[in-house]
Amino acid sequence: MTRPVLLTGGRVLDPSQQMDGVADVLLVDGAVAAIGRDIGRPDDAQTVDCAGLIVSPGFIDVHCHLREPGRADVETIASGARAAAAGGFTAVCAMPNTDPVIDNPAAVGFVVRQGLRAGAARVYPIGAISVGQRGEALAEFGEMVDAGAIGVSDDGKPVVSAQLMRTALEYARTFQIPVIDHCEEPTLAAGGAMNEGIVSARLGLKGIPDEAEEIMAIRDILLARLTRGHVHLAHMSTKGSVELIRWGKDRGINVTAEVCPHHLSLTEEAVEGYDTNAKMNPPLRTAEDVETLRQAVRDGTIDLVATDHAPHHYDEKEREFQNAPNGIVGLETALSVVVDSLVVPGHIDFGTLVDRMSCSPARLFGLPGGTLRVGSPADVTVFDPARRWTVDPDLFLSKGRNTPYAGMTLTGRTICTVVAGQVVYTLN
Amino acid sequence: MTAAAPLGKDLLGLEPLSGEQISLILDTAEPFKEISERAIKKVPTLRGSTVVNLFFENSTRTRISFEFAEKRLSADTVNVSSSGSSVSKGETLVDTARNLEAMRIDMVVIRHGSSGAAKFLAGRIESNVINAGDGMHEHPTQGLLDLLTLRDHFKRIEGLRVCICGDVLHSRVARSNIWGLRKLGAEVAVCGPRSLMPNAIDEMGVTVFSRIEEAIEWADALNILRLQLERMTAGYIPSLREYNRVFGVTRERLERAPRDVLILHPGPMNRGVEIDSDVADGPHSVILPQVTNGVAVRMAVLYLLSGGRPELAESAKAGKGAP
Repeated sequence: MTRPVLLTGGRVLDPSQQMDGVADVLLVDGAVAAIGRDIGRPDDAQTVDCAGLIVSPGFIDVHCHLREPGRADVETIASGARAAAAGGFTAVCAMPNTDPVIDNPAAVGFVVRQGLRAGAARVYPIGAISVGQRGEALAEFGEMVDAGAIGVSDDGKPVVSAQLMRTALEYARTFQIPVIDHCEEPTLAAGGAMNEGIVSARLGLKGIPDEAEEIMAIRDILLARLTRGHVHLAHMSTKGSVELIRWGKDRGINVTAEVCPHHLSLTEEAVEGYDTNAKMNPPLRTAEDVETLRQAVRDGTIDLVATDHAPHHYDEKEREFQNAPNGIVGLETALSVVVDSLVVPGHIDFGTLVDRMSCSPARLFGLPGGTLRVGSPADVTVFDPARRWTVDPDLFLSKGRNTPYAGMTLTGRTICTVVAGQVVYTLN
Repeated sequence: MTAAAPLGKDLLGLEPLSGEQISLILDTAEPFKEISERAIKKVPTLRGSTVVNLFFENSTRTRISFEFAEKRLSADTVNVSSSGSSVSKGETLVDTARNLEAMRIDMVVIRHGSSGAAKFLAGRIESNVINAGDGMHEHPTQGLLDLLTLRDHFKRIEGLRVCICGDVLHSRVARSNIWGLRKLGAEVAVCGPRSLMPNAIDEMGVTVFSRIEEAIEWADALNILRLQLERMTAGYIPSLREYNRVFGVTRERLERAPRDVLILHPGPMNRGVEIDSDVADGPHSVILPQVTNGVAVRMAVLYLLSGGRPELAESAKAGKGAP
């Protein structure tokens, strides 16, 4: 039995039940007990004053890298889960490209246990598609699902073999899990360090063309059509990919897609000066791509926002651009970047933000949460939609500091995060 | 440093420089040319300064040219190459930089295989940094010596038509040439197979020729890049034979040009591939004067970055203008 939590006077915003109005929310025994005015106040309740704040179903990040096992110096499941909670995420899905790879039930169980021990955001493992992510033989989807895996992915690497991808999509249907696709045609992308275009030409860096992503995206949309499996396209970055996803959805193909906050807010110009904090894969693209991705979030072509949180040790990024690793940390800035790049300019409203960061990921990945319906898990995010704050990576709860947003002033801040009815994060 | 350096702290590329700054370097190089003609090729201008030549990539002519420039200005020089140094033991560039800084050096000349490496170093040490070629990005002193050679011959840069021929995609020389020539008012074209051109090359303000005959007909000067032989094995072109047949600069092709075309090449040359011997050694070739000018240009850059004032370059030549 945990102490009840009463969130008072906030703007309760829950697109899953078309709810948008000032109300109290009572959380009892890990579930949503009541929402409304005059719902009473249990004597022992922990009260959180939410006046002026938005109370929403907890955010769910379907794509992050927690580095454990293998690189606990960079991030642990515990530090990642705490960072997630600080960013308003009540659940995160951990990608399997660790060392060793999460490609078997024992490894999946390890992630589950470490996540429970962390006592912060929920942690759901994603298993590998192929053994060792080598792209040769299917990993044990069934046993991994039994151990707690909620999807499969070789993220970090594309599945080069179309036949293996076909089999993965077919086999995954057995367990009703998504196959999460790292779309990258490896020979086109080989050696690339940034977007291919005028900036790469000027800087003398090998570029990655849009087509490296789009060729794989359309291949796997077609394989989803063939297999009727659920392909989820990770970290989409190009205008062309949006058009291909729209093409697939229009034909009833089971394709879903995500975009990362950095691809909604930054362009390839961020690489000027060879800033390794702007190095990521897929790379930052052009202003036209950014604009198209924003529209795609609004119209639902892109289903959800995911962080691709990728911590690196500081000295791994402190090197020549082409030799630096890809990726940035994202859990603690995601909300604010989405508010600043989508809500503030008027592309979407806060209801759509909550849908793309909570309801939609829960629905598409079959996860608990994503709603504040009475009786559902008491996973709640309370955020200030207008709070301005300046990003100081030294204050991150993640072990990673690699962010291109350092020093930027952003809008929107998580104030309180509740997981299973327990307050796991409060902004000091 | 005794005075505000007119170029700023570092020379990382020609893109960040103004046309005036580029002209200043060329003008400053003029009086330094004569030093190399003397019996005693040495002035005390940089006496007491320490210069480290940090070559992470193999280089013969650029390293020697810098070393001559440094020695002729009386700097103390140290050469570091990646093989046999801590770099081969896995030391990172940032650690190398910190160690150099701790040894209180004055200038670093860096050649590195990664684009942006010179800028990376410049942002982390107080010493002046000169980019001697970083990846596929820039090779500014090569661009400057090409400009000086063109100016020597034509007495102007503005209005010249210069075509850069060959593997533009991987060439740091091409990028420095494009910026330098355009900033001084030349028209610039590139010519070569499309597989060896950056996709967005048109957006850099250059004309693109796909046939060498068109380039020769258009140009006052051709700057012919070395075809790096690994490009063939990497599949960018089908064969050296075909490359020579389609893109090689031959005497026969030059004889059909409407005017004499000046021939430049940054070297080392693949004779019989991108350039035929009778062109390389022919009357319109300025390939060896380029090498000579390289030393003067590098002396000018060292002098200006170390705080030397341009108006004192003449007296520096006489050994009086030590910064």
